[in-house]
This record gives sequence, C-alpha cells and structure tokens, in this order.
Amino acid sequence: MVAETNTLTAKSAGGERTETAARAGQPYSNPYVAGFGLGLVLLASFVIMGRGLGASGAFSSLVVVGANAVAPEHTRANPFYAEYLGDGAKSPLMDWLVFEVLGVFVGGFISGTLAGRVRKGIDRGPAVSNFSRLLLAFAGGGLMGIGAKLARGCTSGQALTGGALLNAGSWAFMMAFFAGAYAIAYFVRRQWR
Amino acid sequence: MNAPFFKFGLFGDNMSLVVAFLIGIGFGFFLERAGFGSAKKLTAQFYFTDMAVFKVMFSAVVTAMVGLFYLGWLGILDLSLVYLTPTFMMPQVAGGLVLGFGFVVGGYCPGTACVGAATGRIDAFVYLLGIIAGIAAFGEMFPLISGFYNATPMGQVTLPQLLNIPYGVVVFAVILMAVGGFAGATRVEKMMAKRKEVQPS
Repeated sequence: MVAETNTLTAKSAGGERTETAARAGQPYSNPYVAGFGLGLVLLASFVIMGRGLGASGAFSSLVVVGANAVAPEHTRANPFYAEYLGDGAKSPLMDWLVFEVLGVFVGGFISGTLAGRVRKGIDRGPAVSNFSRLLLAFAGGGLMGIGAKLARGCTSGQALTGGALLNAGSWAFMMAFFAGAYAIAYFVRRQWR
Repeated sequence: MNAPFFKFGLFGDNMSLVVAFLIGIGFGFFLERAGFGSAKKLTAQFYFTDMAVFKVMFSAVVTAMVGLFYLGWLGILDLSLVYLTPTFMMPQVAGGLVLGFGFVVGGYCPGTACVGAATGRIDAFVYLLGIIAGIAAFGEMFPLISGFYNATPMGQVTLPQLLNIPYGVVVFAVILMAVGGFAGATRVEKMMAKRKEVQPS
C-alpha cells in the first residue's frame, strides 16, 4: 500500500496528482450501512410519492428542452421528445426527476464536504492519461445515455427501484447490466488498474 | 394512515417538487457515503477487488423490498398505487447490456456521476456531458428504433406474478440470495487481496 502511494506521488509530481494521491478525506461508510440508508430513502420515496428514484430521466428533460429551443417543430414531431414536452403547459424542467437530481448533487456535496472528500481531480488508474480518461468518460456516458433510454431507466430507476418492487423487467435488466459490465471490464482494465 | 401520501392528495404538485429535492439530497448523501462518487471505487466491482456496488445495491434493494412488503401487508401502503414501469423484455435486456458497457468504460452511472461531479471529479462532469449526447443520439435515432423499443411488451408485471409464486416467498428468496451473495462477495475480495500480496500488479 505504502509503495503504491509513493509511486503515484512520484509519477505525478510534475502534473496533476492522481486520485489515490490527491484525495484523502475520511474512509467511506460500511457498504451495508450505506445500502441500508439508501434503501430507507427509496422506501420513503415509495411511501410519500408512490414512485421510486431515478436519474437518467432528468437528463432526458434537459435534452428535450435543448432540442425544443433549437428546432421546435422537429422536436414536437418526434414521439420520444414529445412525451417529455407534454401539452406544453409547463416546462419539462418542472419535473419530479429534475428536482430529485438537483437534490442528488446537493446531497453528494454535503456528504463529501462533511467527510473532507470534495476536491478537484480526475478519477483514474495510474496507467492512463487524463486525456484518454476524459475521452473514455465521454464515450461511456454516451453508451449509458443510449442504454438507459433503451431500457426505460438506469441503475436508479430500474435496478434499485424496480429491484425493490420485484419488477420482472427490472430484474432482467439487472442481470444484463452485470453481464455487460463484466464482459467489457477486461478490455478497459488499463484505465482503472 | 394512507400511503402513498401524494396519491391520496396529502399535498400537491408544487410540494411534490420540494419532496423530490429532499429525497434527492438523501439519495446523493448515501451514494457519496458509500464511496460512489469515485469511478475507481465503482468499477473495482468488475475486477473483483471491491464488491461495494453489489453490497450497497442489494442491501438497498432488500431494505426497500422488505419495507414495501410489510407496509403493504399491514395495509398502510397501497402497493397498487406505487408506479411500476411496464416490462419490455428485449429492449430492457439490450439496454442493460449497453448500460453495463457504459458503466465500466466511463466509470459511473447517471446518479453516481452527479455525486462524482458534486465532489469535484472532472471525469464525472464529462461523463454527464456524454449522457446528454447519448440521450440526444437516442432521441434522433428514435424514429428508426421505435419498433425495437416497443418490442416484447409484457405490461406491468412483477416476478411473483410472472412466476406465479407468492409475494412473500419471492421476498424471502431474494433475501437469501442477497445474504449468500454478500458472503460470496466478501470471500472473492479476500481472495483478490491475497493474490495482490503475492503478485503486485
């Protein structure tokens, strides 16, 4: 452990420091404790709202607002966009998931601040350059965007929410998610190890 | 007490957005507590060195699942009023695969990328831009792929309904599976830690 940290510090002494060297802060919570907390938040959402959590939907609203600003006729003609636009009485941004995701940013920042874990940096393994990492981050985000729309939800809306509701499609989704992630892990291992 | 509160008209649309914001804060808080603002921590799951993704995800699923089951059984929560996304089997499996690729290539999922960006990760911010680009690409392609998007519709269906097994039995089976998975995951982590000692990467 000590040897590894030294290598990282030495390697990055000239430029930006790598994740392991730069980010100290308190250790993360026990995974079962954090999972229990997350489960209670999810349960609260079911009890108070009658719906679960989500994330990717908020970004769909953002995309639709952007598309509508640039090419309103084109946007209204597309049934995928049109569903988010609704009857046009209110902005797609006045949406439950948009406000929930704003909360996610705030909650993450609060927890990170309390634990001394907020710090500018790029999270990557020692064997990959910042540029490649950011390129892969963008490509991975692109795949995530497409996959989440195809699956009608992401890890929040399908895996967590649908998982707890024993939604049949969500459990099939979850299996496929882990299968896909394990299948591709070998090919991008240099980015993380 | 009748739940879901919103469905019984305890508060209106505007208040629901405040609730959304507060629930989001809780969601983001626990994601960050778990270490899920870090792409390295998240992707370690798929190299067997840190199985926190599985452990956190399934403890959350089990907690909420058991809560739903008992609140429903006690008659406090009307489960028929909790929104269930309809199942479209083929696109969901295909989407799950693509999403799995995106998770390991990019290092996050949408929710965790928000937490990563909120705690200063530039890669998480770039990942969010990628998501926006991906959704826009999907939107533009939608007229071409709407057939597949709507293929194999199965309606709103749960595992107990699909398998014709009582709700409580499925809940119990999932708990057993999770506990077995937790023990297995910890064993794998220990094995990988030992391997690293013998042969450093």
